[in-house]
Amino acid sequence: MFSRRVLMKNGGMALLSLGFAPAFISRTVEAAGAARRNVLITIFQRGAVDGLNMIVPFGDRQYYAARPSIAIGRPDGADGAVDLDGFFGLHPRLAPLKPLWDNRQLAIVHASGSPDTTRSHFDAQDYMETATPGVKSTQDGWLNRYLHAREHANATPFRAVALAPQMPRSLQGLEPALAMSQIGQFGIRAGQATDLVQASFESEYAAASDKVLNKTGGQAFDAMRMLKSADPAKYLPENGAEYPRSGYGEALRQIAQLIKADVGLEIAFAEAGGWDTHVNQGASAGQLAQRLDDFGRGIAALARDLGDHMADVVILTMSEFGRAVAENGNRGTDHGHGNAMMIIGGQNVRGGKVYGRWPGLAREQRHDGRDLAVTTDFRSVFAEVVRGHLGVADTTTIFPGFKDAQRLGFIG
Amino acid sequence: MTSLARCVATILAAVTLTAGSSGSAVPSKPDDKTILHVLNRIGYGARPGDVTRVRQTGLEAYIDQQLRPERISNLAMESRLAGLPSLSMSAREIAEEYFIPANQARVQAKRAAGAAPDDKAPPAGREMTAVGKPARTPEQMELARKERQVLAELTAQKILRAAFSERQLEAVMIDFWFNHFNVFAAKGATPQYVTEYERDAIRPHVFGKFRDLLGATAHSPAMLFYLDNWQSADPDAQNARRPLNAMRPGQEAPRPKRGLNENYGRELMELHTLGVDGGYTQDDVVNVARAFTGWTITTPRQGGGFRFDPRIHDRGDKIVLGQKIKGGGEGDGEKVLDILARHPATATFISTKLACRFVADTPPAALVQRAAARFRQTDGDIREVVRLILTSPEFFSAEAYRAKVKNPFEFVVSAVRATGTDVRDAMPLAQAARQLGMPLYLAQPPTGYPDKAEAWVNTGALLNRMNFALQLVGGRLRGVLPGTSAVAAILADDVSSTTAATIAQAKDAAQLAALTLGSPEFQRR
Repeated sequence: MFSRRVLMKNGGMALLSLGFAPAFISRTVEAAGAARRNVLITIFQRGAVDGLNMIVPFGDRQYYAARPSIAIGRPDGADGAVDLDGFFGLHPRLAPLKPLWDNRQLAIVHASGSPDTTRSHFDAQDYMETATPGVKSTQDGWLNRYLHAREHANATPFRAVALAPQMPRSLQGLEPALAMSQIGQFGIRAGQATDLVQASFESEYAAASDKVLNKTGGQAFDAMRMLKSADPAKYLPENGAEYPRSGYGEALRQIAQLIKADVGLEIAFAEAGGWDTHVNQGASAGQLAQRLDDFGRGIAALARDLGDHMADVVILTMSEFGRAVAENGNRGTDHGHGNAMMIIGGQNVRGGKVYGRWPGLAREQRHDGRDLAVTTDFRSVFAEVVRGHLGVADTTTIFPGFKDAQRLGFIG
Repeated sequence: MTSLARCVATILAAVTLTAGSSGSAVPSKPDDKTILHVLNRIGYGARPGDVTRVRQTGLEAYIDQQLRPERISNLAMESRLAGLPSLSMSAREIAEEYFIPANQARVQAKRAAGAAPDDKAPPAGREMTAVGKPARTPEQMELARKERQVLAELTAQKILRAAFSERQLEAVMIDFWFNHFNVFAAKGATPQYVTEYERDAIRPHVFGKFRDLLGATAHSPAMLFYLDNWQSADPDAQNARRPLNAMRPGQEAPRPKRGLNENYGRELMELHTLGVDGGYTQDDVVNVARAFTGWTITTPRQGGGFRFDPRIHDRGDKIVLGQKIKGGGEGDGEKVLDILARHPATATFISTKLACRFVADTPPAALVQRAAARFRQTDGDIREVVRLILTSPEFFSAEAYRAKVKNPFEFVVSAVRATGTDVRDAMPLAQAARQLGMPLYLAQPPTGYPDKAEAWVNTGALLNRMNFALQLVGGRLRGVLPGTSAVAAILADDVSSTTAATIAQAKDAAQLAALTLGSPEFQRR
């Protein structure tokens, strides 16, 4: 771990002795210190998680009727759902999230989703990340439009970071964002000549009359040095937090590291896959249970590790659509419609409550007679986070064409 | 001077100017910078010796040659494609050879495991469902490799063409039009069709009439699948149920009746022809979609071709952009394409995009107007519109010089060309393009990849470009053999004094090349 102070003391001096001007340090530190902004961490569950087994409506009789072999048992049974409010419960492998619920840090919006009814993973992910359901030609993502709406002079290269191999659609657009799998690998790689080559490239870009490349090049070298000083290999999570040993757990660990390093992070993105459980989904144990175990332990570790920082952080989870109410002939579930989203952290989050209207699971209450109906547009959830946590009052440019935002009240 | 004389002089000057701007502005005695500019714009940059060759040919003659690719011998490049068998196969052959066996094996494996098949491909490039699936046998791994091979060969072909084709402008135009009529090569059945799509729908028409190109894409199974038109049906038609081949095993549940899908109708106007401000309404979208009901695919999961299905076609009359189309059959869609291809908004929209590709991110309005006029006068003759742009004063203006930032593909290929690199295996280059943010044939939205600098200039990508330069010249890409050419000439010595000084300090030829390819100047074309 490194802090601004340590960076100034050690990293700054070290770089000075190498002959680098410390301008980037003061610049970044000023930026981060002067206008510290709230942080949003989005987690995309790619592949359509089964929201009905993630946030279990054990109080709805139809749930058990539709799922004879894969339903999660009632809270009173062995390895049953973790009771939240007498009607909904967490999948037992999400038990690590229960303390967050009890602290009122975890809010849930159930039966949320897209007004578009596509059951294509591609299209639905695209619609969710652009936040323009039904419109395929949108080029930028909603998080990037947020960055644009809140453009400011003190932005650092770490303003928006995806811990992912490729830039997700939600962060694509006009505003700069970083995508990387490992923050430790962000640098020039030229073996023994690395320092020399890096200095050479840096001087080329510093002298470029080309304004665009000059500015971006400068930012790239600033970022590179900061990450080197961060020395990710030596990072130790705090408060006894233990991240799962998965790519997803690793991504969350690095997000925590960036937040604590105070490098100006505002938007972070991580993703978790493996939710497309058409066959042998399992119940409290099995395929989905393993994925949820990883998922829940990751979020719990992140919240624990961030400690007091969580006051300024909201974690928002999403998945492109839910899965059919009834299990299929392969003890799995097929592509459906409505799903559940989680909002965690933030001093303004009013957790300990499941928001949204529950449409019921009887056949006539379902979408197309088969899927959980959508009673809350996912954009209402996004918009409330943008307004309540990120402080943008007017969200029309971020959610173009979206006029019927519901006010749910999960952020006060 | 009398006032009459002044007036005549003014008129003469105006006439000269007009003649100059509509005729050719190609310099007869170009300097190196100008020749490099042309090589950077109509192709993927200069190889060692190219500047001299073009000077000998004459710049105007070179541009003219490039506009007639069929007359340019290209045997050396063709021989590089010899080891890529899927390139010459039909979609059905590709399905039979590469996709159906893998699918059948999956069905059998599931059956053996007492479960029904799951034919959904996981999203490309994303973490796959690894949990709960048994380890794959060597046979299964081989089948999966074969499935990937089709896109791998197509990608290799694209890189090899761009790097080694003598028909450079043709390679650029194939890229341009594929991107304009983009399909995403990882959606459902699309991978079976992409090879055929580029080869038969795009390539033969890149210098032809726009209407022919538009028609070829409209009939292509790749587009019909990607933009969902193959499923679009008149909701009132009696047979508007999903065809059997659309049923996916493992799905219970009542299937909804098929209905109208507006996706293609909308993108056809917004992205393929009129442009978003082209003056169409939601009613037009619905009417266009109705006209295309019945344009579908025979057995899409087996590489089947275009088919018009009259049973699901909406036979009512349609009104599109104020013009009435008497409902008939397959011809309804053709009439829509006629209307759109000849609409003035289309001429302007296509001309703007071409000028953006060849001249500047925000191309001069006067140039766009002249190109659009040429488009209208020639009934959408693409060769003539491109000729006008490439011989215009705007193209040769100081403002246009290095005005474009290379996209990742252009950067990678131009680095290969500049260094005289030989490519035995194109995959590491495809991987590089992916790392730089541009996986080939995998642009998900129908807009394709953006053609503006801001999309490609960001800190992470810039750093990756420098690292790619180091990998390339360091010989660290397997099957990519860097040349030892003096790359400095590639920038025509037109670099900042710092870049020049920095490059001069390089300790060996490889470092010199890396510092050149990674320099700010080389990021532009």
